[in-house]
Amino acid sequence: MAYMHIGKDFVPPDVIGKVTGRIRYAEDYTREGMVYARLLTSPIPHARVLDIDASEALAMDGVYGILTADEVYPDGEPQSTGLKILTNHPTLVGEPILALAAVDEKTAETAIAAINVTFERLPFVLDPLDSLQEGGPNAFVGGNTFGQQGFTEAKWTADQVASFRAGNAPSEDAPTTGPIPTFVIGDLEAGFAAAEDGYIYEGSFTTAGYPHHSMEPRSAMAYWEDGKLYLHGTSQSLTALANDMAGIIGVAKEDLVFINAATGGGFGQRARAASIPSMAIPAKFSQKLNRPVMMRITREEEFTIGGARQGFQGWIKVGFRPDGVMSACDMFVVSDNGGKGGGADAFSAADCISILYQTEAVRFRGASIATNTAHRGAQRGPGQNQIAPIIAPIMDAAADALGMSRLDIRVVNSAQTGDVGGPQGTPLTSAYMPEALRQAADDFDWEGRQSRRRERNGSKVTGLGIGQGYHNAGRSGQDGIVMMGADGRLKIHSGVGNLGTYSYAGTSRAAAEALKMPWESCDIITGRTDNHLPITSPQDGSNSIFTNTRTCYGAAMDMVAKMKEIAAADLGGEPADYDISEERVHQIADASVGMTYAEVAQRAMELGGRYTGEAELPEDLHEWTQIAASRLAGTAFMGIYHDPAHSNNPPGFTVTCTEIELDLETGKFEILDMVSIGECGTVVHPQGLKNQLVGGAVWGIGLSALEQHLYDPQNGLPASTGYWQSKVPTYLDTPVRIDTGWVDLPDPENPVGARGIGEPSQGSVSAALTAAISDALDGHIFGAAPITTDMIINHISGTREDAVALAQNNYRGV
Amino acid sequence: MQPVNPQLTRRRFIKGVIASGAVAGTTSLWYAANGQSRPAGAVERMIRLNVNGQDRTVDVAPQETLAYTLRYKLGLTGTKLGCNRGECGACTVLVDDIPTYGCSVLTHSFKDGRIETVEGLEAPDGTLHPVQQGFVDALGPQCGYCTPGQVMAAVGLLRANPNPTREEARQGLAGNICRCGSYDSYLDGVMRAAEIG
Repeated sequence: MAYMHIGKDFVPPDVIGKVTGRIRYAEDYTREGMVYARLLTSPIPHARVLDIDASEALAMDGVYGILTADEVYPDGEPQSTGLKILTNHPTLVGEPILALAAVDEKTAETAIAAINVTFERLPFVLDPLDSLQEGGPNAFVGGNTFGQQGFTEAKWTADQVASFRAGNAPSEDAPTTGPIPTFVIGDLEAGFAAAEDGYIYEGSFTTAGYPHHSMEPRSAMAYWEDGKLYLHGTSQSLTALANDMAGIIGVAKEDLVFINAATGGGFGQRARAASIPSMAIPAKFSQKLNRPVMMRITREEEFTIGGARQGFQGWIKVGFRPDGVMSACDMFVVSDNGGKGGGADAFSAADCISILYQTEAVRFRGASIATNTAHRGAQRGPGQNQIAPIIAPIMDAAADALGMSRLDIRVVNSAQTGDVGGPQGTPLTSAYMPEALRQAADDFDWEGRQSRRRERNGSKVTGLGIGQGYHNAGRSGQDGIVMMGADGRLKIHSGVGNLGTYSYAGTSRAAAEALKMPWESCDIITGRTDNHLPITSPQDGSNSIFTNTRTCYGAAMDMVAKMKEIAAADLGGEPADYDISEERVHQIADASVGMTYAEVAQRAMELGGRYTGEAELPEDLHEWTQIAASRLAGTAFMGIYHDPAHSNNPPGFTVTCTEIELDLETGKFEILDMVSIGECGTVVHPQGLKNQLVGGAVWGIGLSALEQHLYDPQNGLPASTGYWQSKVPTYLDTPVRIDTGWVDLPDPENPVGARGIGEPSQGSVSAALTAAISDALDGHIFGAAPITTDMIINHISGTREDAVALAQNNYRGV
Repeated sequence: MQPVNPQLTRRRFIKGVIASGAVAGTTSLWYAANGQSRPAGAVERMIRLNVNGQDRTVDVAPQETLAYTLRYKLGLTGTKLGCNRGECGACTVLVDDIPTYGCSVLTHSFKDGRIETVEGLEAPDGTLHPVQQGFVDALGPQCGYCTPGQVMAAVGLLRANPNPTREEARQGLAGNICRCGSYDSYLDGVMRAAEIG
């Protein structure tokens, strides 16, 4: 289909501000009379605050006051896991206990040093298996898990834990717990029976937790004016986060102005208000002090309250029939839930296997166990991406055992349009994985390179890897608003957060497409909520492109319908007799009979009522959108839309091929070549898609080879609070060039055919790189992510790399 | 391979690190180091800095970092603080054409230096610097927080080596982290800048 805008590059309006430094992030703002807040955080991993003596600090010159948990939670802290604004019951090192405001930060730090906090030390735990064992310490006073029954204890016998640590399958009666503790698809027994003449793999695995480390620390500044709260914050989402942040702060939605023109990275932990409640500190503090309050967050604090990926300690058994079909997968995962609750990553990992490989039978069992480590939550492909590097070498082992090519075994097991997946057997909206595999193989010359597989060059050996990524990539049920004034310009109101994907702009182009508007005649209205923006789903889960092209397109089509109504009423005929082109609505039979967009917008404002949002708004508009629409009503011609919910699963898929050269003497490898292909429906914004593919590639390299948490086991102190210790990939860890491409076939459940892509782009690279490392080492399966240099050296030298696999989750070394 | 910037010698780098040692160690020290209250010593506080071609007189505490001065005294907030401890490069500015971590050097060290920030690159008529234009053409930035540092590192590279290979560009920008992982697009932007520069 020929589009005006979809599939074409453009200059997103914020990119000029990014290259000139003019765009402003939360900490770039200042306000007359602004004071500075600093945090007193917990020095120990699990404690109860017994007493706070701030008298000396409060007597210091330049100190304006303190804010405590008792003040922000006058009715008591929520009895749940999850980040608190401030707490008297820290469950990890670095958790904020109180804030102090002063004339400057030095004064604030000096005053904080004068505060005496009396803690009651409580038992702490860093490894979920230590907590899972009978008699082991719990991360919380009430237990080591939290669910509908509140805090509970999940315990295994010492023998069960020892057996699991040794890499054995958990017993059938091993207790499960967590958000989604178990599911079964198909006949597992029959699936493994069918694989008896094929190939069956069974083994343990670990994946590391590691922090998000967004470049912008989550600083925030707030002030109150005329009863309204103005909050300069950081967020992946805009309206979705503001909507919930109002509740956390305790301010009416209509009285919160959330200002967030740009965000310095998100990766999951800035999508939802509950994952960034620290922004409520300056909000509440400024209300108490009646002054603007700036709270700058340091890199160390960002580590602590910025979130981390869940780590897995797992066991997996996978069966393949002789024809290569993955007939059964049985998986048990003990997830590290951290100190503030986590997510359902392990469930998503099993769900991913069901969808990505179309496995005939899948059983998932899991136990999500809290530890007194950084809080866990959504991080780019939570679950899907942890399992990608674990599965890929197993696929290769199966291919080698069955005499298949490593490409063919993936084609045999790939998802196509009409397939279903997951525990509910949810249909995919469309799927073109075979096409993606073949395109990646062709672009990379996969077959041609096979002659180099495991080729030796001195101490170096070549490894080839191919990998796949998946994430559910689209939602629905959100709202859209477009406006047009008498100048005929289209104003697209977007509540999509600006986290660096440019999806706020890309999705807006669906509105321009529907109205056949030149992009130069369009303005995106966003950046702060008093611009009256509709609700969106949070910008996580790779959903934005699918979700918000639906709403933008829908709102624009509402405007088109109203244009035709107005033209028919004024010029004669029925609305169906009219079409639009070149910024005019005109008769189909005689294009000279019509009105310009400017004229029809003027006419709409004269008519008012449903044409300007003063009547007949769509039913089921979200409360947030109702507020926005009520404030826009009567100001201009309005198109407004509530997107009905859809039920199927819009998948985002990627395929990556890579070639590495691994040095057997040093354990280091260099990525010589890499090709990543996206399968995400119609491409909306090629440069934006390319950025997601290469960005995901860097994250995939980190997942497979570099990034992990390190904790001091004696005191529970985090040792990876910075970029250097966390091993965030640099230019030199990544290939000098990453080639990208896309399948570009439309999805039928999106008006422009689009689906999302951000998360699977990491999974396929991690899978391909892990497969390449394994390939270079004669197919050795580490069962781990990351595979660090020392592990490679240990393996080559025949020492005990495998023996410590399960110790890697939070810290390595036994 | 040619050195990225022949003026950036190891000796000069180490001197810079030593000068900044008091402020790069820990966060709490950073706050002490950037103190806004009056110092006890007799170090001259009102100093003149040449920033983006203009002489600016500014009150600088003895322990104050260049990034702090630029952001909070001179309002040049394009220079970002990502880690404030010399790991990420978001605070990169040019001092006498050399890419320098603004968080890890003391402002007093550069009284005689020529300091350039991202705000100083555009022409008076608003024309973007070739590096900025190259980054726009290649859509180098994602979240944009590291972008000013990447821009300044690239400007420094291209002044020393106007026609780098892609590998030389990769080495030249290696001190700048991009958590979004936009390295490939930034390198596209540097190569584009070399073309149009």
